[in-house]
Amino acid sequence: MSARVFIPCDSSALSVGADAAARAIAQEAEKRGLAVEIVRTGSRGLFWLEPMIEVETAKGRLAYGPVSAGDAAALFDAGFLQGGAHPKALGAPEEIPFLKNQQRLIFARCGVTDPLSLADYRAHGGLAGLEKAIALGPKGTIEEVLASGLRGRGGAGFPTGIKWRTVAGEPAGQKYIVCNADEGDSGTFADRMLMEGDPFTLIEGMAIAGIACGADKGFVYIRSEYPHAFRMFEQAILKARAGGVLGAAVLGSPHSFDLEARLGAGAYICGEETSLLESLEGKRGQVRAKPPLPAIEGLFGKPTAINNVLSFASAPWILAHGAKAYAEFGMGRSRGTQPFQLAGNVKRGGLIELAFGVTIRRLVEEFGGGTHSGRPLRTVQVGGPLGAYFPDRLLDTPLDYEAMLEVKGMLGHGGIVVFDDSVDLARQARFAMEFCAIESCGKCTPCRIGSTRGVETLDKITAGVERDKNLAVLDDLCQLLTDGSLCALGGLTPIPVLSALTHFREDFHRPAQKATS
Amino acid sequence: MKTPAAAGRDAFDETGALAIIAAHAGLEGAALPVLHALQEAFGFIDKRNIPLIAAALNISKAEVHGVISFYHDFRGARPGRHVLKLCRAEACQSMGSESLAAHLAAAHGCAPGDTSADGALTIDNVYCLGNCALSPAALFDGEPVGRLDAARIDALVARSRGLAS
Ligand SMILES: Cc1cc2nc3c(=O)[nH]c(=O)nc-3n(C[C@H](O)[C@H](O)[C@H](O)COP(=O)(O)O)c2cc1C
Ligand code: SF4
Repeated sequence: MSARVFIPCDSSALSVGADAAARAIAQEAEKRGLAVEIVRTGSRGLFWLEPMIEVETAKGRLAYGPVSAGDAAALFDAGFLQGGAHPKALGAPEEIPFLKNQQRLIFARCGVTDPLSLADYRAHGGLAGLEKAIALGPKGTIEEVLASGLRGRGGAGFPTGIKWRTVAGEPAGQKYIVCNADEGDSGTFADRMLMEGDPFTLIEGMAIAGIACGADKGFVYIRSEYPHAFRMFEQAILKARAGGVLGAAVLGSPHSFDLEARLGAGAYICGEETSLLESLEGKRGQVRAKPPLPAIEGLFGKPTAINNVLSFASAPWILAHGAKAYAEFGMGRSRGTQPFQLAGNVKRGGLIELAFGVTIRRLVEEFGGGTHSGRPLRTVQVGGPLGAYFPDRLLDTPLDYEAMLEVKGMLGHGGIVVFDDSVDLARQARFAMEFCAIESCGKCTPCRIGSTRGVETLDKITAGVERDKNLAVLDDLCQLLTDGSLCALGGLTPIPVLSALTHFREDFHRPAQKATS
Repeated sequence: MKTPAAAGRDAFDETGALAIIAAHAGLEGAALPVLHALQEAFGFIDKRNIPLIAAALNISKAEVHGVISFYHDFRGARPGRHVLKLCRAEACQSMGSESLAAHLAAAHGCAPGDTSADGALTIDNVYCLGNCALSPAALFDGEPVGRLDAARIDALVARSRGLAS
């Protein structure tokens, strides 16, 4: 029997040499006449250890990492196929504290299974949720999702069950399920990891939504910055179709459901749901006024349930284990788990799935181990480019939708970006305005033009030109953006700007040489 | 002064374009799939495609132009032989991507947003590649590269110029 070695093909792992490591291990095995089967998996999300490979031994799976191609010969010499000692040995992956201290519901299979093996998926609990949804029928399925307290993971936190009930309540006819896989926030990668590492979970979640809402067609809109995820997901769709998960009779039931993956084209605003629908229709991604809600008039004017990848991916677990079990996780009105993403200048970055309510500090310090550079931490941005920059004294805030609002931030998609003390918050504030200018869809004047005025005003402030007057102008501009924007791109750009101003005012009062581009 | 090869590069393959457009025109909301396929095949969207797309999708030429110009991905001109998409978003900023951008301009004469004079390399600014735990990040000809530093940048530039890396 050949030994089995698991090597991620997640794009983060590929970015630090996972393919080269896989080739080297295959060559070394051949050279030594050893039968080795290499299984490509997703990533466990312990990115500082990538490429992290695992071997199946009598003692269970054992990990080694980070493994470069140059390590292959020494690993064989050390007898790694039997779990032999080697400086890169990490022991059982589940025992690594970063993983051991998580509550992995949605990401339980990611990094464990072959992402494109439906048999593997089933063997690890896959499709139980879809089978349950078929047994419960649309009404019962929606009841379960409502009772779980699941809120949309794309940022707005709207209850998923209510959205699905609205779509289900529309007269029968063409309806759509649309997955928002535009994942534009810097510091987020959970959607990507899932599409690359466990794509059937998303497919299963969308099929459940299809049954719940009475929709037989789904689209997944994947950002073009994720070419690898797009290819993996397209292959997964083919496998799901061949395996009877998608098609005219979903798992042999009377429900019909099929999927199509579509590629975005490099526009952050296309993560906003109505802009995304316009884009799917083949138009400029310009934001639509609401109402009508997409649930009533969505894609091609038809009732549409549009949700984030993680919202759909939560449904299989909820159906399989029950709403009650899911709702036991979390705090306040934020129920269940959130796959947080720890990124930027951090020693141990990666995916941390935990119940809502964990503090920022616990993620950054206990999981993350502080900054990558070893310099003091200065700020943490939570929730992507429209999220707040927090100072150290706010790091004890729990990560929950409402608690984040209380400190004038937002949870967004759960991305956490760490900065050390080399950061210049005036520069970050300027970037927030610049990003808004680059990505504005152009519909509202405050967003389209105000953002560029914001960049200019910040330049004057940092250059020391009539600083107090220009600070007043900036405040005014932020108020205008907040009040006069149709969507949250213009509406929330003031959050990073004002948080930087509030918590790091000293950065706006530096000598003039700071005023570089 | 144009070499025959360069003239060939400027020629418009209308038959090829029409075949690509026809292959995708039947999709619901076909514009983006059509444009992606054209760019994949030719490296950019030649403006001579616009009337062909308009006719196939039954929309106006202005609408086609509007769609192309809205999205950052679609190019109006042929890029360099290699493309480096450099992430400029916050997580990469926290790990020094701005100094890498400056390094590209200073050491290699190719700033983000530009194509090098020898036509070897185009550098695009992108905002997040989802590799934020191993930043600074980039895509080099579609392949992910993480933990970028000046040395890795130099190696990629050398590779794009056909030098061993
Ligand atoms: C500028 C902007 C960008 C957004 N980007 C995303 C995104 O990348 N992914 C996402 O799921 N939601 C994004 N959203 C939120 C969506 O508009 C919408 O709330 C979400 O897709 C609904 O799904 P959910 O209820 O499952 O969260 C964005 C919103 C705005 C205003
Ligand atoms: S706020 Fe900006 S991005 Fe949003 S609709 Fe208005 S112009 Fe478009």
